Amino acid sequence: MNSYSTSLAAGLIAASALAGGASAQQLTIGLASEATSMDPQFHNLATNSQVRQNIFESLIAQDALQGLQPALATEWEAVDDTTWRYTLREGVTFHDGTPFTARDVIYSYCRVPLVENSPSSFSIYTQSVTAMRAEGDHTLIVETNGPNPLMPVESSTIAILSADAAGAEEEVVFNGEGCEGMGTVPQATAFNDPAVSVGTGPYKLVEFTRGAQLVLSRNDDYWGEAPHWERVVLRPITSAGPRVAALLSGDVDLIESPPIQDLPRLEQAGFNVVDTLSNRVIYLAPFQEDEAPSLTGTDGANPMTDPRVRQAMSLAINREAIVERIMNGYAEPAGELLPPPMFGTSGRAVDPYDPARAQELLAEAGWPDGFGVVLGTPNDRYINDEQVAQAVAQMLTRIGIRTQVDATTASQFFSRRNNLEFPLYLAGWGASSGEMSSPLKSLVATYDREAGMGVTNAARYSSEELDTILREAMVTIDDEERSRLLQEAETIALDDFGILPLHYERSAWAMKPEIAYEPRVDQYTLAFAVRPADASAGD
Amino acid sequence: MIVYLVRRIGQSLLAIAAMATLVFLGVYAIGNPVDVLVSPDANQAEIEATIARLGLDQPLWRQFLTFAGNALRGDLGTSFVYGRPALDIIMERLPATMELAFVALVISVALGVPLGVYAGLKPDTIGGRSVMAGSILGFSLPNFWQGMILILIFAVFLGWLPAGGRGQTVELFGLRVSFLTTNGLTHLILPAFNLALFKMALVIRLARANTREVCLQDYIKFARAKGLSPRRIVLVHVLKNIMIPVVTILGLELGSMIAFAVVTETVFAWPGMGKLLIDSINLLDRPVIVAYLMLTVVIIITINLVVDILYSFLDPRVRLSEVKA
Repeated sequence: MNSYSTSLAAGLIAASALAGGASAQQLTIGLASEATSMDPQFHNLATNSQVRQNIFESLIAQDALQGLQPALATEWEAVDDTTWRYTLREGVTFHDGTPFTARDVIYSYCRVPLVENSPSSFSIYTQSVTAMRAEGDHTLIVETNGPNPLMPVESSTIAILSADAAGAEEEVVFNGEGCEGMGTVPQATAFNDPAVSVGTGPYKLVEFTRGAQLVLSRNDDYWGEAPHWERVVLRPITSAGPRVAALLSGDVDLIESPPIQDLPRLEQAGFNVVDTLSNRVIYLAPFQEDEAPSLTGTDGANPMTDPRVRQAMSLAINREAIVERIMNGYAEPAGELLPPPMFGTSGRAVDPYDPARAQELLAEAGWPDGFGVVLGTPNDRYINDEQVAQAVAQMLTRIGIRTQVDATTASQFFSRRNNLEFPLYLAGWGASSGEMSSPLKSLVATYDREAGMGVTNAARYSSEELDTILREAMVTIDDEERSRLLQEAETIALDDFGILPLHYERSAWAMKPEIAYEPRVDQYTLAFAVRPADASAGD
Repeated sequence: MIVYLVRRIGQSLLAIAAMATLVFLGVYAIGNPVDVLVSPDANQAEIEATIARLGLDQPLWRQFLTFAGNALRGDLGTSFVYGRPALDIIMERLPATMELAFVALVISVALGVPLGVYAGLKPDTIGGRSVMAGSILGFSLPNFWQGMILILIFAVFLGWLPAGGRGQTVELFGLRVSFLTTNGLTHLILPAFNLALFKMALVIRLARANTREVCLQDYIKFARAKGLSPRRIVLVHVLKNIMIPVVTILGLELGSMIAFAVVTETVFAWPGMGKLLIDSINLLDRPVIVAYLMLTVVIIITINLVVDILYSFLDPRVRLSEVKA
């Protein structure tokens, strides 16, 4: 295989050097999944979001580390607890040449709840907004129904459409009673038409053929740094093997999430591989109410309600070994719910591997002979998820907690997990907001359907103290104070071993040697951020 | 004849109704689409609104009645993921799959029949034996593996053909087809060949067995005795007689080829219905899964019906025996 791949590399490099002149202005990317619509407000899904950012921008952008950067807004500030002021960028035009003003922002926010048949609506990011008004064309005042420190983060998720291209009336009003002047709101399929899909982004929509390809052309009037490629083709290649083959054969220039077992081979063949820590933590959640399903040898009791048992489980897991052997190094042992130094992390140390101490703790808790438990896991959702679960099961079994893995496809797993069918499960959480309130709110806050707290807390961990601090953090506008509160809340959950972080996944991209891409923690593949490897090459 | 037709069509409709029930109940027994669709950040109000919008709050029997009622009017539901009629989404993808299946069919006949006849005429030569050995490989190696090897050899190592995708298409009678452009054709060859491999093996074996049988028949012996050239014997007398079973089997297999091009389409990122099915299963997009299965059921049953009717024309014994029974 070695000599093959070397000659293959040589051949490919020669071939791409020859082709360089002709195709230098076109970039073809192999994506692991396809956007479900060209409507940027249709489906709140990472796949759609990474595509829409080429065409539609938001008030605020997230950089590679999910830090907030000015985009269509140059400045933003909280005037008081429930009022925000955004200063909008001047001199920005839409793809059709019309200037960008506050009216477009108001229209875009108003449209979000009016999108029909949305599988997952963006309205969760707009529902705190009660009114918007323009002070001139380039200042926007936003009122919220309560203190909402995440307002800037949420602004980075809402695509700004052109009110004119969408057919709005001359005046768009968003006051306490709702919106007026919306005209006939175009629905999702209308956005396949480049005349409606009008944004301010670095690329314009040329053609979208579902299942086959999405073609973009450069917006030469873009206000920011011009993207390098004149034409971009995004191709969905959902299976990992064919995606790698497409890169090897030169069909595509860059692919996202190549399988980690292929990375050494790709590097050997001369391809560029970049990777970074992602915002996704893989964790174990032990069920913490008295009545747990699928436990054996406990006479109906649930040993995992005892923090010592949960601590024993954490100490029994050799995270280094999992990262090295199963993840091939493309992960990092996790001590928190979000990799430091992201917002709200405390830099807490990773739990050590100490099976002897784990056995002592089990004995202290009254379970010297351990017990039996079923570990639920998806087998096609996270990188090597089932293998990780198998390793964890063996490690737990070694200290006496006899663990049986129940692996199913993701769609099955999530349904069963939400029905509380697993006494112990492995899952992952990517903080789309890039800060700590996201995992805290969903994974460890006390389950409360109405308030939208603990929605993914299928282990039913609950701490009143944590809930109080988290609630306070969620209405604290001051960043420093909020960060401190989030750290405090996270520390409570981790001290209780309410949830056991295993590792942070690393996400990787592989590409031709001539191009470069800065890896992102949110795992987005953004065409406009792909550059030639060095400035002199490629043209 | 009319009695036979009516009976046969009645049976087909019954089969479609039975399949509709099975498919609906089967698909609706797995998972909860809301858990997959809704963003994990959503609150309860959002989740409940989605459940109500998708009609998942209704009891199963009512969901089924709604589905059955709509299906009778040709409406197979609205996709959960795309928010558009499921049938429209599938129809968008149908031409790509049809094209792939037909090209594969042509390849399997054009290569399979000559090879099979050759192996049947010269069963003990090295050539005949290798054809048979090759057909065993075509049968027994998994389809996706064959696809990956084809990609590895022709796309990665040799660099002759693209590794996947559909390439350039042109419009023909309102449908987009790729076999009329060079670029489209290069994209078509590997997946079509991959899809054809199994059927080709089937055709080879069928052709060989029938050739051997036909060669022993009296009319072949008679033709030989009359002094006809071997070429004429093979092309006219042997070929004509072995084509009957080959055409029958291929007619039936075409349906399954259209319906189950799933593996090939996934391996070659071919934008057909099969790939849509896989994506929809992963997202638990029930209406699309159900519509897809119903469509394939209808296609297969229709092909069966047409084959049966043609048969009854060709061979009156078929319809007579059915009527008597």
